[in-house]
Amino acid sequence: MATITPAVDSADHAHDHGHDHGHHEQTFIQKYVFSTDHKVIGIQFLITTILMLMVGGALALAVRWQLAFPWESMPIVGKLFGVFAGEGGQISPEFYTMLFTMHASVMIFLVIIPVLAGAFGNFLIPLQIGADDMAFPILNMLSYWFMWPAIACFGYSFVAGGATAGPANGWTSYPVLSDIASASPASGNAQTWWLFGLTLVGVSSMMGSVNYMTTIINMRAPGMTLFRMPLTIWSMFITAILQAFALPVLTAAGFMLVFDRLGLLLPTSIQSVFFVPAGLIVNNSAPTVGGGQPLLWQHLFWFYSHPAVYIMLLPAMGMVSDMLACTCRKPVFGYKPMVYSMAAIAGLGFIVWGHHMFTSGMNPALGMTFMTSTMMIALPSAIKVFNWIGTIWNGDIQFTGVFLNCAAFVALFIVGGLSGIFMAAVPVDIYFHDTYFIVAHFHYVLFGATLFGVFAAIQFWFPKMFGREMNDGVQKIHFVLTFIGMNGTFFPMHLLGIAGMPRRYADPYLHGYLEHLLPMNKLMTMSAILMGFSQFLLLGNFFYSMFYGRKVGRNPWNANGLEWSAPSPPGHGNFDVPPVCYRGPYEYSSPEAEALGQDFILQTDPPRRAATTEPATA
Amino acid sequence: MNLSTLLIWFLRLLSTGLALYELVVGPLVNSVLADVSLPLLSDQVAGTKWFALIFAVTTWASSEKRFWALFFWYWPLVALWACVIAPGNNWWFPSEPLSRAGHQIDGLFYMILIIVAVTFIGTEFALGYALWKSAVRGKDDKVWFSHGSHRLEIVWTIVPAFILVFISMAQLDVVADIRVLNRFPDEVQSGPVAEVMARQFEWRIRYPKPGTELMTTPQPGDLYYVNELHIAATVPTMVNLRTQDVQHSFFVPRMRVKQDAVPGLIIPIWFDAEKAGEYELLCTELCGWGHYKMKARIIAETPQQVSEYLTGLQADQEEDGVADEE
Repeated sequence: MATITPAVDSADHAHDHGHDHGHHEQTFIQKYVFSTDHKVIGIQFLITTILMLMVGGALALAVRWQLAFPWESMPIVGKLFGVFAGEGGQISPEFYTMLFTMHASVMIFLVIIPVLAGAFGNFLIPLQIGADDMAFPILNMLSYWFMWPAIACFGYSFVAGGATAGPANGWTSYPVLSDIASASPASGNAQTWWLFGLTLVGVSSMMGSVNYMTTIINMRAPGMTLFRMPLTIWSMFITAILQAFALPVLTAAGFMLVFDRLGLLLPTSIQSVFFVPAGLIVNNSAPTVGGGQPLLWQHLFWFYSHPAVYIMLLPAMGMVSDMLACTCRKPVFGYKPMVYSMAAIAGLGFIVWGHHMFTSGMNPALGMTFMTSTMMIALPSAIKVFNWIGTIWNGDIQFTGVFLNCAAFVALFIVGGLSGIFMAAVPVDIYFHDTYFIVAHFHYVLFGATLFGVFAAIQFWFPKMFGREMNDGVQKIHFVLTFIGMNGTFFPMHLLGIAGMPRRYADPYLHGYLEHLLPMNKLMTMSAILMGFSQFLLLGNFFYSMFYGRKVGRNPWNANGLEWSAPSPPGHGNFDVPPVCYRGPYEYSSPEAEALGQDFILQTDPPRRAATTEPATA
Repeated sequence: MNLSTLLIWFLRLLSTGLALYELVVGPLVNSVLADVSLPLLSDQVAGTKWFALIFAVTTWASSEKRFWALFFWYWPLVALWACVIAPGNNWWFPSEPLSRAGHQIDGLFYMILIIVAVTFIGTEFALGYALWKSAVRGKDDKVWFSHGSHRLEIVWTIVPAFILVFISMAQLDVVADIRVLNRFPDEVQSGPVAEVMARQFEWRIRYPKPGTELMTTPQPGDLYYVNELHIAATVPTMVNLRTQDVQHSFFVPRMRVKQDAVPGLIIPIWFDAEKAGEYELLCTELCGWGHYKMKARIIAETPQQVSEYLTGLQADQEEDGVADEE
């Protein structure tokens, strides 16, 4: 169990921790595989999610291929795998349905959520609050290792229904389609396995959030008051609360759906009908007894999945605030408004789920209520954007890959936020619901904002993870290519949506009024290919720099946070001496710092009068 | 030479090459050599050459810092330009709204579009300007050491709050007109003219026997047809939307109508076609592998033609296949 002992006499104890061979020798397995060290777990999460990003990206490229070259033989993959031979390398409609379902599932559940909370949450929380590890290290280890059964379940669901059909109900998995197996006959048990995967990801996230909350509340270093915490920590804290309150609802709903489907998987008579109305028969399925409600799933699902949207965004917002302050050499503009607006987003996030259901047949009066709350959630987002611009204003910007990705985060989040206003308005959403306008909107938020924030965060905290830095030039090339590819892929989607092109269509050009959109879809697919392949630059830079990057010291960015006073990479136990925090995290260019002849001042630097003794860090 | 310098040189050469080709070489070759026709991007998308020119000039005229600042100004311009030329390139609504609700919806869309466009321009310009200020700052300029401004926070909280509440309030009447049963137009208060029953992957239409009312359960004498709904043009029509199996969604893009069909529910919807003609009807809720091909049409015609159609349908349905002997 990790403890904080601010007393001076613990220095020797911590000194031991600073070295790799401390007082307890660890085997390779303990150290790098089943590790309880939050840093190793964070890096495990990071590498897993980067690899999953490539899987999800490949699925997206297959989707884009079909939309640009409908029913044409897939390049490379079509010939490579024998399973496509029977279809001449084509994407069948069943396969297409599986592709977009799994693209979303992989990206949401195996990339975005774990990369933010799992990778950066794990790595940064103890380091930034000055703790030597998480409150519950073993729980933390389990939260990573529960990802693998989840990945296995998702992976198995790919093939559970045969090699070219998998879960085929969209990531939202709306019953009755997802409930009665004969509604999507090709996919067999795939949906059940998908639900198991989802539940396991939930278990993993829940273990993480319990841990984060406890750690942040109980294990802050002396002097690290709540309002001296970096915004990253605030965002992780709020995210953990969101997750802890919303996730049980999804888990319950998932089990209800599993029970509805269980008769198919096991030789058992257990079969509930939570989501199937009485007497419904789909493709000669057995008639159902008793009456369920398909809309119940939508309410339960979105009660989790709307807060989940903020789970997928808030940590990136927090990290970008930290990085902008550092790269602009200025304090974050409006620190407290930033905290309050994150809290407001989280609070309002619980009462806006109905905006996914404006056309669902829900009571229209309810729709009006949800519209108003949804409009109001744009307010804290707007406040954050203004404060980010205020942070950049009159700063001394270091134009590194980190800054460019952060600026892209702000620039693209503006687009994603503003397009959200259209679909918050019920009448306009009636037209836009389930069109490409929605696809454009959430890709601007999840790719444009979150992933660019993650790209920045990877480069920013890379030195702390590995003691080496990533190549900034390669990061800039990666940034430019990804930025161009991203906008080329997703901006035209707004126009497709306005033109009325529905989502999830294997062949939209069957409909006369969409035929002329093919050339635009070709352009988008080319942009997507550019964007997809430029991720190899990130991947290459990441793994190359891990071993051969330029070695750097403790604080290569001249940043203020507690993590920068620890060695790079920090040993087991993180800090040489248990840190004491004397000030907020954003005192860049403060008079106090300038008196020291620098534009930053570590949170651990004692106030000047006491600084006559040796500084805390070298 | 480090990689970021290399990147900027690459972008300089690329944009200059593109600008030269689009502005000078391409048009020149095409006009001098009669039998050659080089493909020009500007012919596909108007304005490409000017954007290439702007980009080329900015890449040459700037240091690396200035280049990045301009980069963040440049892309919102491209995005705005794409929206400006979109209607002319047919990248916009499939047609003018052809229903009452459609006019209301489009009106609200353009209202939001204006507010959003102004905000987009303002914030993106401010972001780019913040970058530009930093890019041109002198080496000894002091950083603005500020933790924020209470007054600014209040301004940029209250102003957007009013705008958002205003947008929200502006929608309410339209929502009620479209969705709330007792606000439905008088013409449809007499009841639905047909039942639209969605199923994997078609739309089954059931009309009541001419002269009778539509019942929720099928009646003897009801008339059936698949994937084609005939309605009277210009007057509001109400239909009962149902599904026989999974969820579907009733989407008529030109009328801006959309409503999910939910198992177990009968949902009344109303719409009207301003002009006689064919309107495409498609499904916008994932309903299985054949979701994309769930295609039907709504035919709006005079009430006279509708009743003729129904009479014809009735005759077809009651036809016993035995030809009359003369």
